[in-house]
Amino acid sequence: MTLETFPLLTVMTFLPLVGALFVMLIKGSDDTRVRNNAVNVGAFISFCVFGLSLVMLFNFDTETSDFQFVENVIWFEALNLTYHMGVDGISVFFVVLAALLTPICILLCKQSVTSRTREYVVALLILETLMIGTFCALDGILFYIFFEGVLIPMFILIGVWGGPKRVYAAFKFFLFTLLGSVLMLIALIYMFVAYGTTDIPTMMFDPLAGDIQFWLFLAFFASFAVKMPMWPVHTWLPDAHVEAPTGGSVILAGVLLKMGGYGFLRFSIPMFPEATELFAPMIFWLSVIAIIYTSLIALVQTDMKKMIAYSSVAHMGYVTLGIFTATTNGVEGAIFQMISHGLISAALFICVGVIYDRMHTREIKRYGGIVKNMPKYATLFMIFMLGSVGLPGTSGFVGEILALMGAFQADTVIGTLAASGLVLGATYMLWLYRQVVFGPVENKDAAAMNDVNGMEKFALIPLAAMVIWLGVQPNFVLDRIGPSVENLLNNYYTAISLPTDELARMGR
Amino acid sequence: MILETLAVFIPLITFIIAFLGCKIIGDRGAQFLTCTGIIASAVMSCMLFQDVILDGNVRTITLMTWISSGDFIVDWAIRLDTLSVVMMCVITLVSSCVHVYSVGYMSHDAHKARFMSYLSLFTFAMLMLVTADNLIQLFFGWEGVGLASYLLIGFWNHKHSANRAAMKAFIVNRVGDLGLALGIFVIFILFGSVQFDTIFVGVNDVIYDTFPFWGYEIHALTLACLLLFIGACGKSAQLGLHTWLPDAMEGPTPVSALIHAATMVTAGIFLVARFSPLYEYAPDALMVVTYLGAFTAIVAATIGMTQFDIKRVIAYSTMSQLGYMFFALGVSAYGAAMFHLMTHAFFKALLFLGAGSVIHAMSNEQDMRKMGGIWKKIPFTYAMMWIGSLALAGIPYFAGYFSKDMVLESAWADQSSHGNLAYWLGVTAAFITAFYSWRLLIMTFHGKSRASQKVLDHVHESPLSMTLPLLFLSVGAVGAGYVFYELFVGHDREHFWANSLFILPANDTVEAAHHVPMWVKKTPLVAAVSGIVIATLIYGTGGKFAGFISKIFKPLHALFFNKYYFDELYHTIFQRPAIWFGALFTKWGDQKTINGLGPDGIAKLSKGGAGILSKLQTGYVYHYAFMMMIGLVAVISWIFWKMIEW
Repeated sequence: MTLETFPLLTVMTFLPLVGALFVMLIKGSDDTRVRNNAVNVGAFISFCVFGLSLVMLFNFDTETSDFQFVENVIWFEALNLTYHMGVDGISVFFVVLAALLTPICILLCKQSVTSRTREYVVALLILETLMIGTFCALDGILFYIFFEGVLIPMFILIGVWGGPKRVYAAFKFFLFTLLGSVLMLIALIYMFVAYGTTDIPTMMFDPLAGDIQFWLFLAFFASFAVKMPMWPVHTWLPDAHVEAPTGGSVILAGVLLKMGGYGFLRFSIPMFPEATELFAPMIFWLSVIAIIYTSLIALVQTDMKKMIAYSSVAHMGYVTLGIFTATTNGVEGAIFQMISHGLISAALFICVGVIYDRMHTREIKRYGGIVKNMPKYATLFMIFMLGSVGLPGTSGFVGEILALMGAFQADTVIGTLAASGLVLGATYMLWLYRQVVFGPVENKDAAAMNDVNGMEKFALIPLAAMVIWLGVQPNFVLDRIGPSVENLLNNYYTAISLPTDELARMGR
Repeated sequence: MILETLAVFIPLITFIIAFLGCKIIGDRGAQFLTCTGIIASAVMSCMLFQDVILDGNVRTITLMTWISSGDFIVDWAIRLDTLSVVMMCVITLVSSCVHVYSVGYMSHDAHKARFMSYLSLFTFAMLMLVTADNLIQLFFGWEGVGLASYLLIGFWNHKHSANRAAMKAFIVNRVGDLGLALGIFVIFILFGSVQFDTIFVGVNDVIYDTFPFWGYEIHALTLACLLLFIGACGKSAQLGLHTWLPDAMEGPTPVSALIHAATMVTAGIFLVARFSPLYEYAPDALMVVTYLGAFTAIVAATIGMTQFDIKRVIAYSTMSQLGYMFFALGVSAYGAAMFHLMTHAFFKALLFLGAGSVIHAMSNEQDMRKMGGIWKKIPFTYAMMWIGSLALAGIPYFAGYFSKDMVLESAWADQSSHGNLAYWLGVTAAFITAFYSWRLLIMTFHGKSRASQKVLDHVHESPLSMTLPLLFLSVGAVGAGYVFYELFVGHDREHFWANSLFILPANDTVEAAHHVPMWVKKTPLVAAVSGIVIATLIYGTGGKFAGFISKIFKPLHALFFNKYYFDELYHTIFQRPAIWFGALFTKWGDQKTINGLGPDGIAKLSKGGAGILSKLQTGYVYHYAFMMMIGLVAVISWIFWKMIEW
């Protein structure tokens, strides 16, 4: 069987689900053995998926903007529903990101999750299926199922393995996302009626005429903005992060936050171009507010996870900003920023997890001076801290500078205000690092902590290497996303130059 | 190809090996490796000096593409022209001295390998900055030196004060970097490229262009130059963004010598000189540069003469000298600015390392009020400090004499009101410079000792690894002015600078400076000598007279001594409001408004909301998840069913 006929995306999507079934079947009287077996099987499966994702990445054709590895079979004939999968430059790296972070989370749970480890692994594997499915699905309904399905295992991860206020956090997460997804579902149904199909490539670059575009845009926006999350619907994120276990936070920050941005690029811009143009200024301002407002909030946080969660909101501000500038630099910067943030914020949450496992507190004040007995940890943490700050030479810089460049091209006021995040971001991250890692040792427990162990190194060192590698050689990513972004923008500009009545004459 | 690549990348390699492999190669190994590496790099840089400048082999080597996104294409490259090679030589030579010196100075420290590796990292970043052929690589070096500076200021990271200073340095510099980044954006939009050559060739087409910025149409080149200048102000500690530099003295003294005197802080000068083709067509921007430089020179000098910490005095002196360089740039005397940059690197590094030798001898005491009367015990250091001070004051035939006079004469020769102001402020600053230099010499070395007996018993001359670099730098502090005068600002300057600097014929102030009246040439010297004489009169007769004078001018003295209250001002208008807004947004924004109207509000609204919620919250999350799943399935099935009906 050659790669052309091998259903790579389907295997990648559903292998974790099959693995989850296997893990569920692991039984035994010895708890530790069940635990170890569950983790090992889960890790093995997810590593296989990661390997497949690399196969996909290295066979990805950088010359075309078409969907690749496409599988298209009729699923529900009466409804003209298809099981349509495929990746292009915009989605391919998110698949790899999901496939990379899942095995790391599964391995790390060996030391951070003490109860119901088997179920934890099952939840993560199901989550992986849904995440990869979201980024591969090329049918609206299929996308919707994956996209909303992600909620369930995430809800469970927070609700079962979370901190003391986990139920409140899980419900908040649920309430916010539910609001958006209901509207999106209604919009999808309307589009099904209008187009007669929910096939994404069919709907792309073939916009509906008239005001309906604006309503559909808003309905999708409600869902994506919550997932992003954009200001002012971001308040579920800090609570969710604070209560979630380390693995949950890593996946949440690393992959789930990218689904909103991906949605904007897959649905909003190509399907509702006129509405995009109309609403772009509003989104610019929401993004700028997100950057400044949440950075200032991050500055006064006393809880490590909350601070990093708020910093995520600020970083996602660059993403929405970049996407809606509809410039090559802006959109490529936004995608790069999402990938980079996926690595950096995931690593930062692992870093927090490392010391949380040792001290069982997220209170910044309780730490201090840990560089003395944890020098390796300090070095790794510093790399991610600098990445988050956007230091040139790390991946954080490339995304930020491109997104800001796009923003500045679109509007100098917005570009300047957003660039103030360079200063604010540095302030809260350096402050966090200084409080936790540097300074005199004030807490005896903090002084007694051991440096990172083998498993933690195994998780953090590759991430650090990737952050630096993508900072020095970002073209590996940019070359692959380039053609798709170019195609997206070309079609976008063609679409908005067509007046609405002409679209009406074309029968839409 | 290999030579120049090695010259730039050896420090990176030694950094990586010394940092990651310090356990394997040990402290000795790390010291040996980094010192050898940087000396090799210095030798190669000097070879490039011959090759590129004297033989005229100007070239750019492209190593590989870094970022390409649409039209935005950036390379990793090494650009070799006079400007970059002069900087390379200064950087690697001073860095070599500092590396060797550090072996002695840090001999009691527990983290020698880490220290040496950071020094190499800094050198690498600085070399990347000056050899960049585009703005983004320059930005890489620019922030890279900022990172190294942050790491080295906070090297003793168990100290709160060191951490605070390191953070302050990074953040204040980031404010400057914000300006630089915006400048880069403007230039990219204007020229469609960030490549230096493309930009410089394109200048002629945009001389009269305007740029829409915040709703105003602004002269494009002026806007770009001013934004770049904000970046320069941050890195080079010009008035407004200078507050980090004095605090940066928390770092070990070799760091102060290398980063905060000789090299990193001159990056701003380099940036403006590099962009001379743009600045020449932006006279308003040049005027701003002149004014800010001139005021920085005088303000820093007045603060410096009231400080008691030996390193802070020299730090303010550095800031003041950077002001000189900036107003030289402002009057288009780029060559003179670079000349002063070069000589200053030698004598200021000498002064700092000399001060380090004093501090080392005095058991880490930095307060000049607790020194005095030690010149006989450390005669070599004493002699070195004299040489450094003579060069700084601009006494004939020492390095500073040639360069500083050239700067001042160019300012006068500009024949403009801002040039004139810069000249007179510069002369006044020269007087104060000489004054605080001799105040420093006398308070540190002469009179009755004010140190405790225990400290005094311990006073000793530094080891060879520290004195040798001092000796080398003193050669530069004595001879660099005389030797390089003709090349930098004299008859050979056009051939020397070739195309690396651009000066409009009408703005050639360096040429005009050779023809200024005699009194313009002599006044700075008179000012310097009177500064020395007055300082000797006041401090040579014991400290009482100084106290008397400071009492007479009490408000003025308080203003100087408290550094014009910049820190207090910034604390009030930036730091406190940021915290206040952060707290406000947390409580009233997120909690009360968004959550209050959103999820919490909904929960409250629903009848007996809290009760229901708590009843619901039985803890069996599986139940909820199951319900969600049922719900999702139900919704989707219902839709399918409805659709089929259609």
